[in-house]
Amino acid sequence: MIRHALSTRAWHWVNAAAFIVLFMSGLNISNAHRYLYWGDYGYDPADAWLKVMRFPGWATLPQHYNLAAARDWHILAAWPFALGLLFIWAAMLANGHFRRDLMTRRSDWTPAGVLASLRSHSPGGTANTGHGYNPAQRILYGLVLGVLLPVMVFTGLAISPGFEPAAPWLVDLLGGRQSARSLHFLAAWGIFGFFVIHAVLALVQWRLIEGMVFGARRQEGQADG
Amino acid sequence: MAEIGRRSLIAGIAALGAGGCAKFASSETGQSLFDAAENWHRASHRALAGRQALAPEYAPEDRSPTVKGNGSVTVDSDFYRAQLKTGFAEWRLTVGGLVDNPLTLSLADIRALPQRIQITRHDCVEGWSAIGEWAGPQLSVLLDAARIRPEARFILFRCADVLYNRPYYETIDMVDAYHPQTIIAHALNGEPLPEKNGAPLRARIERQLGYKHAKYLTAIEAVASFDDVAGGKGGFWEDLADYQWYAGI
Repeated sequence: MIRHALSTRAWHWVNAAAFIVLFMSGLNISNAHRYLYWGDYGYDPADAWLKVMRFPGWATLPQHYNLAAARDWHILAAWPFALGLLFIWAAMLANGHFRRDLMTRRSDWTPAGVLASLRSHSPGGTANTGHGYNPAQRILYGLVLGVLLPVMVFTGLAISPGFEPAAPWLVDLLGGRQSARSLHFLAAWGIFGFFVIHAVLALVQWRLIEGMVFGARRQEGQADG
Repeated sequence: MAEIGRRSLIAGIAALGAGGCAKFASSETGQSLFDAAENWHRASHRALAGRQALAPEYAPEDRSPTVKGNGSVTVDSDFYRAQLKTGFAEWRLTVGGLVDNPLTLSLADIRALPQRIQITRHDCVEGWSAIGEWAGPQLSVLLDAARIRPEARFILFRCADVLYNRPYYETIDMVDAYHPQTIIAHALNGEPLPEKNGAPLRARIERQLGYKHAKYLTAIEAVASFDDVAGGKGGFWEDLADYQWYAGI
């Protein structure tokens, strides 16, 4: 049996590419008005809850300030990002990946469960020796797939004035357009934080990346998590 | 050694990515893909919401203290300055192009038409929003009075303001032209439209971003195509800096 289903691997890399494009073009867009507000409106820096730094060219797409070009990238990459999320959720529910590997059990949320999981990750620990996600992974992946990525899509839709008439309740639910914009920014940094940890841990163990490309075989005799 | 190798590999991929992205964006494939993505957004917005679905309207207490002026905040001409002082007594708005009954309207004519008053949110492409009460006749009323011809596919707004030596203009399609909230506003928050917000007349295209809401209006034209207008991309910012023609995203 293959460790990562083809659907998981395909989505993983498409989503990674889409996220990088969205994040870097998003930083370029952020430079257009570097203030975040709560509520329906906001234009006066005096009312901002956060003055955002100016992101340097090397971090943005394109590499110089160009709102129109950044929006081109953002508008394009939003499609594989949003449809990909829909796809992977359908696939995970259909092939049992969600129930088997991601759904948390009550014991996962106890301090003892998380501690044991962290301990297994320390040098000499037993993590990554077999199949199955530990509680910390289940909670983290669940948070990314179930909360942060969907929040990105929904807040993105909410700040689009042409989409808003289709679901005005969404903007209300998020607390107004400027709140939705703030949440869009915060969720993006949440995903970026995960991305950094995730990439560092994967680079430490090259074989995991190989597995996400080629699938990799599950070790014999390993119980499903 | 392995660490350095890994790090330079990542830096190399990043540099390759940046260069590749720039190349892709300027390629024909890249441009057509960007255009296609923009069109999919427009088509799905209209499919999901319906062509006549309304942008949210707010209560008077939800208004922001002011509506920020952006882009052009005045018109640099003696005629404009003189008109500003006298309440735009000699300002005229023409409705022409592919119509059977061209119109020339004064501000008094426009105020005498049936009015729509709406408290809506103005969203700038930069990211900020402001809320104000706009009043004026629906564009559909003007187009019907001018008896627009069936071959007209877009509405072109011509403006008095000039930026970077180019006159401002914008175009919208017939769906937005006949949308109930598309009005020719002459008032903001119960007062004549302020100078910075486009006095004496501006368009309100409520389901799109601010740069579509042309200010300082002098003419409305029904056209079959905007290919031969100015830079051919359908608007001032579209021509100048490749902004998206559909600004509902």
